[in-house]
Order: sequence, then C-alpha cells, then structure tokens
Amino acid sequence: MLIAVGTVSVAHYLIVGAILFTAGIACMAVKRNALGVLMGIELVLNGANLNFVAFGSSYLAGEGRASLGLDGEVMALFVILLAAAEAAVALAITLNFYNNHATVDVDRADDLRG
Amino acid sequence: MPTENLLPLLLGVAWLIPLVSFVVILFFGPRLGTHGKGAAAVATTAIVTSLAMSLAALVVWLAAHPVSSPADGSHAEGHAATTVEEPHREGASVEFVSFSPKAKADGAAPVGAHGPAGAHGDEHHDDAHHDQAHHGEPHGAAHGDGSHHATKPPAYTGDWYTLYAGGSLRLSIGWYIDSITVLMFVVVTFIASCIHFYAAGYMHDELHPVTDSEVQLAGGGNFTREGRFHRFFQALSLFCFSMLGIVIAGNLAMVFVFWELVGICSWFLIGFYFERHSASTAANKAFIVNRVGDFGMLIGLMALWGGLGTLHFGESVNPATGGLQPGLFELVRPEQNHYEQQVPAGLVAFSAADQVAGLARGNGDSAAVHQEVIKDVPGWRQQGYGRWLLFIAGVGIFCGCVGKSAQVPLFVWLPDAMEGPTPVSALVHSATMVAAGVYLVGRFFPVLTPDVLLVIAYTGGITLFIAATIAVTANDIKRVLAYSTVSQLGYMMLALGVGGWVAGLFHLVTHAFFKSLLFLCSGSVIHACHTNDMRKMGGLLKVMPYTGWTMLVGCLAIIGAGVPFVVGFSGYYSKDAILAQGLLFARLNPQHSILYLAVAGGAFITAFYMFRLWFMTFAGKPRDQHVFDHAHESPRIMTTPLVVLAVLAIVAGWAFPGGLGVNGLLEQSRPAGTAAGLTTAELLGTITIPAEHDSHASDIHVTATLTAFVTALAGVLLAAAMYLKPVISPAAVAAAVRPAYSFLVHRWYVDELYHAIFVKPTLALSKLISGFDRQVIDQLINGLAWVARRLAGIDALFDRIVVDGLVNAAGTLTWNAGMELKRLQTGRLRQYVMFIVVGTVAIFVLATLMFRTSLAG
Repeated sequence: MLIAVGTVSVAHYLIVGAILFTAGIACMAVKRNALGVLMGIELVLNGANLNFVAFGSSYLAGEGRASLGLDGEVMALFVILLAAAEAAVALAITLNFYNNHATVDVDRADDLRG
Repeated sequence: MPTENLLPLLLGVAWLIPLVSFVVILFFGPRLGTHGKGAAAVATTAIVTSLAMSLAALVVWLAAHPVSSPADGSHAEGHAATTVEEPHREGASVEFVSFSPKAKADGAAPVGAHGPAGAHGDEHHDDAHHDQAHHGEPHGAAHGDGSHHATKPPAYTGDWYTLYAGGSLRLSIGWYIDSITVLMFVVVTFIASCIHFYAAGYMHDELHPVTDSEVQLAGGGNFTREGRFHRFFQALSLFCFSMLGIVIAGNLAMVFVFWELVGICSWFLIGFYFERHSASTAANKAFIVNRVGDFGMLIGLMALWGGLGTLHFGESVNPATGGLQPGLFELVRPEQNHYEQQVPAGLVAFSAADQVAGLARGNGDSAAVHQEVIKDVPGWRQQGYGRWLLFIAGVGIFCGCVGKSAQVPLFVWLPDAMEGPTPVSALVHSATMVAAGVYLVGRFFPVLTPDVLLVIAYTGGITLFIAATIAVTANDIKRVLAYSTVSQLGYMMLALGVGGWVAGLFHLVTHAFFKSLLFLCSGSVIHACHTNDMRKMGGLLKVMPYTGWTMLVGCLAIIGAGVPFVVGFSGYYSKDAILAQGLLFARLNPQHSILYLAVAGGAFITAFYMFRLWFMTFAGKPRDQHVFDHAHESPRIMTTPLVVLAVLAIVAGWAFPGGLGVNGLLEQSRPAGTAAGLTTAELLGTITIPAEHDSHASDIHVTATLTAFVTALAGVLLAAAMYLKPVISPAAVAAAVRPAYSFLVHRWYVDELYHAIFVKPTLALSKLISGFDRQVIDQLINGLAWVARRLAGIDALFDRIVVDGLVNAAGTLTWNAGMELKRLQTGRLRQYVMFIVVGTVAIFVLATLMFRTSLAG
C-alpha cells in the first residue's frame, strides 16, 4: 500500500490505529500488573475507535465516495461508553482479587485453571 | 298375614339368622368378649332365635292345618287301643291300589291361592318377591274327579331369588314348606340350641392357649397353639345355616348347594384339631367319601334335568314361557293319574330319542312332530321307555344320601369323624349332616320307583347289620355311638325303602333327640375322664349321676324300650313302626324276608351294645382307679341340655290329645299317592310296596311289637349277663369265636379293603404319574431351560462385548478428549491473550490464503 506523503489520508489513521492496537495487545500480553492489562485493553479499544472515526470522517473520504455520515463517531461513542462500563467492572474484579490475594499480579490469578 | 306368606317369612328368617351369626363371628370373632368368648353368646342367641321362629312357624302351621284325627296317624293312640281297626280300610285284601287314606278333615284345607297371576304381589313387603310365583299349593279338600282316591298334601312353595333362568331351567333360592319342613326346622334348631349351650361349656379349654397332648413336636414336647373358641362357633353357625337350607330348599339344585355346604362345614369341624394327623385325615376322608356319593347325585340331577327341565319340587315359573311349570312331584305323580306313579313324558321322550328323531325325519313341521310325540308317549311308556332313566335318577339321588347318611358302602367316614369335638359329633350324628340324607330320601320319596325303594331297603338293611355288629366289639365310647348311628340310619333307610315313609322320618326325629343326648352324655364322660376308652371306665354313675341317668334314658330310647301296647320311650314308637312295616313287607314279598330278619336281629344287637356301653361306663367297679378318682360331674351348662334332651327322648314319640305329635304331623305331609301300596314287576322282579296304614293292622302290629320287645329284652339281658353280673365272661366268648371276633374288631376289614382296592391303586397310579412327571416332563422342561440358558449366555456375551464396548469406547474417547483439552485452560491471563493474538493472526493468515481471490477482486 502506497502512502502519499504530504496529504493525510485514511491510511495514516489506520497505521496509527494499528500501532495503538498492537501496543495495547503487547501491553496486555506483557504486563503482570492487572492495572497494566486494563490499560492495554484501553489502548486496544482506542485503536479501534480511531479506525471508526477515520472511516466515518467525510473529510478524509476520497472524492466521489459516499460519506458515512456520523456513523463512525456514534460507534466510537458507544465503544467509549462500553469501555467505561467494562473498566468499572474490571476494576471491581481487580479490587476483589486484591482483597482475596493481596496482589494484582495476573499470573497469580490462575484459579480458573482447568 | 296369610299362612302362605307367613311361613316362608318365619322359616326364611330362622334359616338366615345362623348365617348372620357366622358372618359376625367371621369378622369380629376374636374381638367378641375376652378371647372370643362372646362368640358363643352370638351363635347361641342366633340359634335360639331360629328355634323361636321355627316354633312360631309350627304354631302357624298347626293353626292352618290342625292334625286331622287322632286315629288317623297317631301311633301311640293305636297302641293304647291295642287293636284299632283302621276305620277306612276298604276290604281286607292286600291289593293295595284301591286303598285310600281318609281325606283330610275339612278344616285342613290350606288358605293358599292356587297359582293365578293376581294372587300374588299384594302381600309382599319386599320388591324382590315380585317376579316370583307365590302360591300355597294344594287344597286338601275336593280335588276334582279323582279326589276320592288320594289327596295332595298341603305344601307351600315359591322362590325368593332366581340365580339363573334360561331355556326351561330355573335355578333359584326358594322354599318348599310342608309339615316335614316345619318339623325338621324345630328339631334341628332345638337340638342345635342344646348343643350350643353344651358346647359353650365343653369347649372352654379353647378360650386359652391350648397345649395339644396328642401332637408331638419333632423337638420333643407338645404343640401349643392359640385357642379357637370363636372359630368353633363360627363353623357351628354355618353348619346350622346349611342344614336348614337343605330342609327349606324348594328345588334339588338348592338342595345340592347346601348339601355341599354341609360337607364343607363337616370338614371344618371334624378337622377342628387339624394339627392332629388323625383329625385332618378324618376330615379329608369324610369330605372325599361324600364326594363319591355326590357324584352319583350329580348324575341323578342331570337325568332329571335332562328329561324334565325342572328341578323344583313344586310348581315353578317356566322361564321360557313365563307360565307355571309342574314340579317333579306333579310330573311323576300327576293329578290326572290319581297321583299314581308314572314315568314322566319328558323322561319317556328323552329315552325314546331314536323314535323322536325318526318322527322328525319324516316330518319337517316341528309343531306337528311335537304333537306326534305327545300322542306316542303313552305307547312308549307302555314299552318301558324312561323306566331305567327314572331308576337311575332315583338311585343317583340316593347315592348322595348314601354318602351323607353313611350307608354301605360309604359309611367308613362316619366313625372316623369322631375326631371332631364331641358337640360336633352330636350335631353331625343327630340333627344335621347324616339326617340330611334320610331327609332327602323322604322328601324325594314320591319320585322313587319301587325298584329304587328296594335298593334303598337293601342298602339300609346291610348297613344296619354291619354297623351293629361292629359296634359290639368297639371299645371307644364314641365309636360305639358312631356305629350305632350308622346302624340307626340303616333302619331309617330300610323303613323308607319298604314303604314306611312316616316310620322312617319318625325314627329320624326321635333318633335325633336320643342320639344327640347319647353323644352329649358321652362327651360329658370324656370331659370328666379325659379318655374315650370304656375299658378304663366303670362305676361312674356314683360320681356323674346326671350324665349316667340321662344316658340310661338315651339307651332305653334307642333300644325302643317300653311297656308293650301301653307306653314307651320315643324309640319304642318309631322302631315298632319300622318293624311292623318290615314285617308287612316281608309277608308280601317272601323273597325279601331277610330284610325283616335284619331289622329284628339289628334290634337285638342294638340293645346288646348300647347296654354293654352303659354297663361298662357307669355300672360295676371302677376299672381304672386313677380315672375314677379324677372323674367329676360336668358343669351345669352341660348337664342342663342333657336333662332337656332326656325329657324329649322320652316324649318325642308320644301323641298328645288331639293327635298332636310327630307322627300325626308327618302324616299330614305324606306324599300324594303313596298312602296306597303298589305292586310292580319292573326292573328288579315283582315287588309289592305295602301301604303304611296296613302295618297298623293288629296281627302285624302285635307281632312286630312283641318281636321288638323280646329282641330288645334279650339284648339287654345278654349285656347284663356279660358286663353287669359276669355270668358269661366276655373274654371267653371272644376267645371262643376268635376269627369272628377279630373280623368285627377290624370292622369287617372294610377300611383295609378300601385301602387295598381304592387307596393303594390310586397311590400307585399317582406314583407312576409323578414318576413320569419327574422323569419325562421335568427332564424335557429342564432341557428347554438349559438351552434357553445357553442362548441367553451368548446373548449376554454379545451385549457385554459389542454393545457395552461401543458405548464405553464413546465414553472413554470423550473423557480422554476432555482430559487433554483441560490442559489448555491454564488460568493464566497473559497466556490467553497470547492465544487470542496467535489465533487472530492464524485466522487472518488462513483467510488471506483461502480467500485470496475474493480479496484481490
């Protein structure tokens, strides 16, 4: 895929989103601290949000392309909302885990081992 | 309420009350009073109520049918007048057909309405009666043209309930009430009442757990069981109900039903101590021997039903037409024939079946054939068709009576029946079971042909002789009485067989009183001595005065003691009547005079063994001091019935002013047409059945009475000489006639004979059959079972290996897969993330590889 230098296109945004996503995944995979994992999740979600917004932007859409309107932004808002809810639940789980095990190390959290 | 409704009501209630008592004791027996003591009260109340009802019925009967004239039937009056010339004899010749008894006095006509449909229904209180024909049967007075010859005795007949009606057959619960029925009700309920009271005392041991000294247990010691007081009275009630059912029965089918009920009751009671081997064997023997007789009875019933299509004694409703159907008596002795016996048209046509079939072949119209048959019946009757059938019917019914009344050859059960408690023996031997046979012969008398009567007479004669001789050597007090019962029943049968209808039934009634008395006395002795063996008794009169003196009365009654021509015990009258009839029969039929010898000889032997019994038991010195010291008079509840029965044993034969007595009462119901004699030359040679009234003629009567007196006296004197003042030593006599003595001790070897010819072959045959069963059939079945087992084994193997293997393999596979997959779930979050990443990448790569073209497009 070629990227024209000088003009900002959707592709740039997608690259940034992919980096964010990958960074998030890496963060989830690497961090042993549960809070770090949660941060990684936020990064993944934000990467996805960036894609939504980029695809939904009529500004970025090429000539002759039908605009997606505000659909992308609405989707992003939903994701943010869900991320907030998920963060609340996840933090609650983490707190409980801390209460029970006096640590937030996810490697210690293998109670669901088969 | 008119007599024809009142009598069935009274007697029906009297009949059913013992059944109620039976049911009550059956369900509540052990809970009645302490240890079921109340059962005696229930049963006794029931039977006494029955007695009251029966007495009421007797009063009702006498009110409607006053005993006609003192001279007519009363034997005792005849004795008093010494030589009564029968006022209504028509000529001195013995060509009996022309002889006619005096017609019933005018007042004797029953009130009954004869048959018409409107005559019934209004008086009934019970809807169940509505479909029944209900009519007082006949009218003593003027009976059309033939009435100067004979009259029909008054009788009431009807049905309570129909069990089955189809074709011309109607099986029903009904009644046939005449003076014998009423009389038998009074006798049966009276004696049963006495026995109930007596048994309440006699059976008191059964109120507590009983240790049966005659049943040894394998581990030593005796058998102990719960008392069965209530059960005894329960069976006693059922017994009374059954016997009364026979007496009241309106048809032969009902007789048969209650006949069998009496059989089963005797089985219950004879086998009352069923833990004793001897008792259970005796009960079975009584039952099985009776079945043999009942088989003959069934043949007789089938012969009658097949030919006549009815089993009712009197008129009944024909279910096929709804009209009235003549009963057996009317069919055999039709009114048009002046009640003379003839073979009924039904039996004639039945046995002339070939001729009837021939007529039917020649003519298609069945109505015409019917007419033709009716026209031809008199001709066929002349040729003798149906005679054999009527003979078979009579002999068949008599077979049943042979079983029940213990005649030769079926008498073997009765002595063994002594295994039952003594009150049962008294009941069986006097008023119930054995009386049933004689009663049925009496009831069925109009249907019996002279040939059958001859068979009956010989059976009775042989029985009375054999039984009397066996009684002479018996040492068991109850066995002596048992054989004496068999012998006396032989007397009754013989009397009926030689035409002494009243004489036979008269003896049945008097015998019922004195034999129940004798048995209850013997029971009292056994109760006191705890042994049946007379050789251990003696001198008991001192300690048991009531028992001793009442038993003396019984002995005097059974030998027919009395002052000739003046007065006597009850047996005196009935036995004289039998002797007179036997003598008359012997005179008219010289070839059968052996019957008279049997009667006269039997009277001698009876007197001998009865007084042998009394002397051995009550007179002389005690033979066994221990038994004597132990003996005591029985309690009052046992001696009171003895005294009551002793009084009746004296007076039962008397005729009271106005002709009131058993004899006069019986004379009322003499079957129509049997008052006159009858000469026939049918199947068994020429027989003349004499008219019973002719036996009252002075020459016959005086001879008979003197014979009876002399033989009885001789018997008593011989007994006294041997056992009271030992002039003759019994042992010496026994030694002198050793073979004969041992023959009698072994009871004519009858039991041994039956054992050899019936029991042994049967056992051998059953052994053979059981051997076949075991060797062949069992082997076959075992082989089949073996094959089936093998097949099943193969089947099981297949099941275990293939089917189970498949199922288990599937399970194991799933299990193993699960165990493997389990390892993936480590619970480590970061690993999961890696899985997700790797998975996503893998999916992405795969999708890229597989859907390359579409992406490219």
